[in-house]
Amino acid sequence: MSTAADREERIAPTLELRDVAKSFGAVAALRSGTLEVEPGSIHALVGENGAGKSTLVKIVAGVHRRDAGEFRLLGQAVDFGSTAESKAAGVAVIYQEPTLFPDLSVAENIFMGRHPLGRGRRIDRTRMYDEAHALFARLGVAIDPRRVANGLSIADQQLIEIAKAISLDAKLLVMDEPTAALSGNEVARLFAVARSLRDEGRALVFISHRFDEVFDLCDTVTVMRDGAYVSTHRVAETTEAEIVAKMVGREVAELFPKTPAPIGEVVLDVEGLSSAGEFHDISFQVRAGEIVGLAGLVGAGRSEIARAVFGVDGYDAGRVSLHGRTVPKRQPRRAIRAGMAFVPEDRRQQGLVIEGSVAKNVASVIRGGLSRAGLLTASAENKAAGPWAAKLQVKTSALDMRAATMSGGNQQKVVIAKWLATGPKLLIIDEPTRGIDVGTKAEVHRLLSDLAGQGLAILMISSELPEVLGMADRVLVVCEGRITADIARDEATPENVMAAATRSAAPAPTSPSTKEPVA
Amino acid sequence: MSTLTKEPTPAAAAPARTYPSYSRNLLARLLVNREAAVILGLVAVYLYALGNVPFFDGPLTMYNLSKEYAPILLMALPMTLIIITGEIDLSVASTLGASAAITGVLVVEHDLSVPVAALVAIGVGALLGALNGFFVAYVGLPSLAVTIGSLALYRGLAEGLIQDKRIAGFPEGWQDWPTERIGDSQYPNIVIPIAVLIVLFALLLHFTSFGRGVFEIGLSDEAAHFSGVNVARTKLLLFTLSGAVAALAGVYVALKANSVANDTGNGFELKVIAGVLLGGVSIFGGRGALHGVVAGVLLIAVLNSALQLDGQGSEVIQIIIGLLLVGSVIASNFLPRIRALLPRRAVAPSATTKTPATGDATRKVSQ
Amino acid sequence: MSTATLHPSQESAATRVVQTLLRSRELAIVIVLALILVVATSRRSSFVFSADGWRDTLLAPSILLLLAVGQMVVVVTRNVDLSVGSTLGITAYATGKIFVANPETSVVVVFVAGLAIGAVVGALNGLLVTVFKVPALVITLGTMYVLRGALTHEVGSDRMTAGDYPAHFEKLGTQQVLTIPVLTIIALVVVGLVGYYLHTARGGRELYAIGSDPDAADLYGLPSGRRVFGAFVLCGALAGLAGVFSAARYATAFSGTGSGIELQAVAAVVIGGVAIFGGSGTVWGAAIGAFLLITINRALPILGISEFWQGAVVGALIIGSIVLDRVLSVRRTNKLVEARDHA
Repeated sequence: MSTAADREERIAPTLELRDVAKSFGAVAALRSGTLEVEPGSIHALVGENGAGKSTLVKIVAGVHRRDAGEFRLLGQAVDFGSTAESKAAGVAVIYQEPTLFPDLSVAENIFMGRHPLGRGRRIDRTRMYDEAHALFARLGVAIDPRRVANGLSIADQQLIEIAKAISLDAKLLVMDEPTAALSGNEVARLFAVARSLRDEGRALVFISHRFDEVFDLCDTVTVMRDGAYVSTHRVAETTEAEIVAKMVGREVAELFPKTPAPIGEVVLDVEGLSSAGEFHDISFQVRAGEIVGLAGLVGAGRSEIARAVFGVDGYDAGRVSLHGRTVPKRQPRRAIRAGMAFVPEDRRQQGLVIEGSVAKNVASVIRGGLSRAGLLTASAENKAAGPWAAKLQVKTSALDMRAATMSGGNQQKVVIAKWLATGPKLLIIDEPTRGIDVGTKAEVHRLLSDLAGQGLAILMISSELPEVLGMADRVLVVCEGRITADIARDEATPENVMAAATRSAAPAPTSPSTKEPVA
Repeated sequence: MSTLTKEPTPAAAAPARTYPSYSRNLLARLLVNREAAVILGLVAVYLYALGNVPFFDGPLTMYNLSKEYAPILLMALPMTLIIITGEIDLSVASTLGASAAITGVLVVEHDLSVPVAALVAIGVGALLGALNGFFVAYVGLPSLAVTIGSLALYRGLAEGLIQDKRIAGFPEGWQDWPTERIGDSQYPNIVIPIAVLIVLFALLLHFTSFGRGVFEIGLSDEAAHFSGVNVARTKLLLFTLSGAVAALAGVYVALKANSVANDTGNGFELKVIAGVLLGGVSIFGGRGALHGVVAGVLLIAVLNSALQLDGQGSEVIQIIIGLLLVGSVIASNFLPRIRALLPRRAVAPSATTKTPATGDATRKVSQ
Repeated sequence: MSTATLHPSQESAATRVVQTLLRSRELAIVIVLALILVVATSRRSSFVFSADGWRDTLLAPSILLLLAVGQMVVVVTRNVDLSVGSTLGITAYATGKIFVANPETSVVVVFVAGLAIGAVVGALNGLLVTVFKVPALVITLGTMYVLRGALTHEVGSDRMTAGDYPAHFEKLGTQQVLTIPVLTIIALVVVGLVGYYLHTARGGRELYAIGSDPDAADLYGLPSGRRVFGAFVLCGALAGLAGVFSAARYATAFSGTGSGIELQAVAAVVIGGVAIFGGSGTVWGAAIGAFLLITINRALPILGISEFWQGAVVGALIIGSIVLDRVLSVRRTNKLVEARDHA
């Protein structure tokens, strides 16, 4: 807390968090969060996935209650028990994931609970639509306030979240990765609005993985790592390299130890895969011993491609084959039998039966083969699951512990164990290290490298550019549902990958300096 | 990390870690759970009734109880599996009614033999169940809405089929078999097929890969889908089973009463659902055991018969069943939350709290 | 995304209203209702064109109208109330009790008593659902049986008959103003008031939001518990009023009064296009659904179908409606996604 404390005259900061902690069961999501935001400033909050930023935001928003630490708003100690309280106190939050009411109109989504009222306390719809329209005009976007929110693109949903937050006229505006799905133009407009809010004396917190945006927009930056505060810097006085070093806590190169492996025959062959509204004409191959990275912006369609290949979703056209044999669509069971394994991005909803035991999760795909005369016993599952849990060094006291009680890293090991138990030929892994601690992260990377060395074909989706560049033999870049680049390991740089990922988006016109983007 | 081939050989890895299979000892696992509590409650009520309710220890008590609650217990078996997947089937009593009507019309008015009529009725029941299952599993409609609709529709079939007649006069022999005693025991013959079905459903739910899938669907149908469980087919099969078993119960009820009216079995669905939930099955899915359900249904049956012998009217039983239903759901949903508030216990975030700090790319696609 | 902004009032208000109306789900049911009336009347003109036919056409749905409106408000929050039939039975019988005690009791007092008794039942359901966070289906299935059991316990084989209700009350059941039955007028006023509230009050809109996405409602800071509780109280109160209507119209009440009518209420709501999982639908739709259901039941014998098939028709209508809504919503979503792709 060097720079802030050094200043002489102290006006009460808009937001002040000191050593805030929050645990979910055995998982400490936030150990010691500290953040101080001055009025009339834009404060960046950066850190890797799982550093605790979102938990911090949810405490400020009143979604979670902190377990310990100080929390002041405008100099007053506060303790929000609900989002209604934080809203009343002047806090507006744009969450990572848009939370809209699909059945209601766009304007109602913005004004729910505080519709403009006319005579007799009845809702003044005309004014509501006009105000929504004015908000969109300010953001420079064309969304009809009268249409239902259902069916909107992720970018439009995010823009509605932004409009909603702005309309709250808040003293503190927190934006949790608001730009992840936006085009260059939309980002530029959002920044213009953010600056005007700052000039009105409001405080803004901006969370982003894109350093060019942080350096372009923000005045101060606070770094978090592993659920704890690391440091605060004035943007003008720091460099990207310094921030990255603080974020990671060690040299970047150490984290991604992909060792070269002999590349063998084609394992996965995807030809002309298309799905309306998701992706178009996707063709690529993955060979034995090869790690192919799928890079791109959030919402570009990478996960959708992976889900279609594995068969949990259908597709309209195209063909998927494994070792030259066509895999029928929309039948995950057939894909598994053919030798596919899929570690999805959402561990808690899709990767695991989170309320299930370690043993049942590890044995969940292979249990058909564990049956004797059609009957399956718990002891057969335990016998099969134990060695795999051991192999991946899963930390648990017993095999009947629920996965929900474990840390993110351990959960991920359970998911990987469950798939390795099937003896796959192709492993599709979506965001392999999201939300897991740095130590386990390195373990997962080493594991992927070993697996490729043993001839497994790996398709890896990752939003962390260093991970893609460090691990992948070949990088496929997806932009708006199409593959826009296929770059070999030696030629892949942050610049050319990011360029391909934002290809069809117009460049941000207001960016004075284009700093090197590192995811 | 050494080789990771299909069969992990513990000898190959240097420090092969082993895990205990269970975190609690056998006794704790057997005794500290909902099922044990229900069984204990059943035994307590039974013993109390033996001591205090006149004639409860008489030779007719267990006979009548088995006879009356056989259809409830039958329908509770597939219902258990359906509720564990997180769905519900409100139409079972109507399916029972339709099946009884079909049996009655075919046997009494068209002179078909009882086994043939029963097979037809069970086939129709399976079809009615499959129709529910199709709408739920393949059209993606909520089972609550679908089966409220089919509750009306299938009852309507019975009403349309037999109108306000009362069909009576099943052929001798067939009519008596289900209710004849087994040897000199207190139990009617129907207990035999029920026992067989209990064993079969217990094996299906607790000792097959299919059964594991049933639990997984209830805990997270998305995760089940991602691990290759055929969610839709599983649900279709369960609803079909439910229809077939309800139809079997319908045949039994027709033979037992030697008559069929258009309201045969009306309201049975409540007793079935109450028994299942009382037996420790979670209404949210993912949790439950068949022995608990059997105990839950028997508990209701014993209470019913004790109150009846005590001179209480059927409405008192109705009130008590309603209270038990509400109470058991509140208990299973509320007690864990209270326990979670108690200090010194590490409690994981419940399914309803949102996860902290995980993915940022989980797209929210509004349906 | 184009840079041109879209002004909300590019189309005139009148065109928009007409377009919404033409595309609305409610219009579809109105057309079906009209068709049935036309066919039935062409078979037997007295179905509508006779003093009794006209009165019955309007009067018969009045009880179900009240139940459907209350049910709609609960269903739109992603809940359901199956106890309304029992509530109706209780107030129908209580109405008789009140008159037996004092035949001079004013009709207004009886109405208020019905509303109050129903509101208490609704509050009980609402509390159980919102405090214990237990699915409304199970709770109200339970209270439905408990209340019915309690009523049976109280009433036994007793029965309120025409003699127990005073003439001024019974007259209400058939009284007409400008040929329109009074009960129907009251029911329509209720429909109007509730519909107006849902459309124009913040609280009404919040009910939709809660049903559309309960988690999002919590993130918005909406008072979900209070609103859902309120919906149950309203539903209960209207079921109580429906009990008074039932007593006025049939001049009888016994332990089985209103048994099974909860299914018709849910059916009317679903047929009227209210999504069973909340968030969308209108009171108008539910009201028209109630009219349609009752009219179909009355028309069946005229169309040559035995009245015993009524139940089957109700069931088929429920399933048909939710399948139809599903198909329409999938088509709508596909269209929106397609529009997005070609933007």
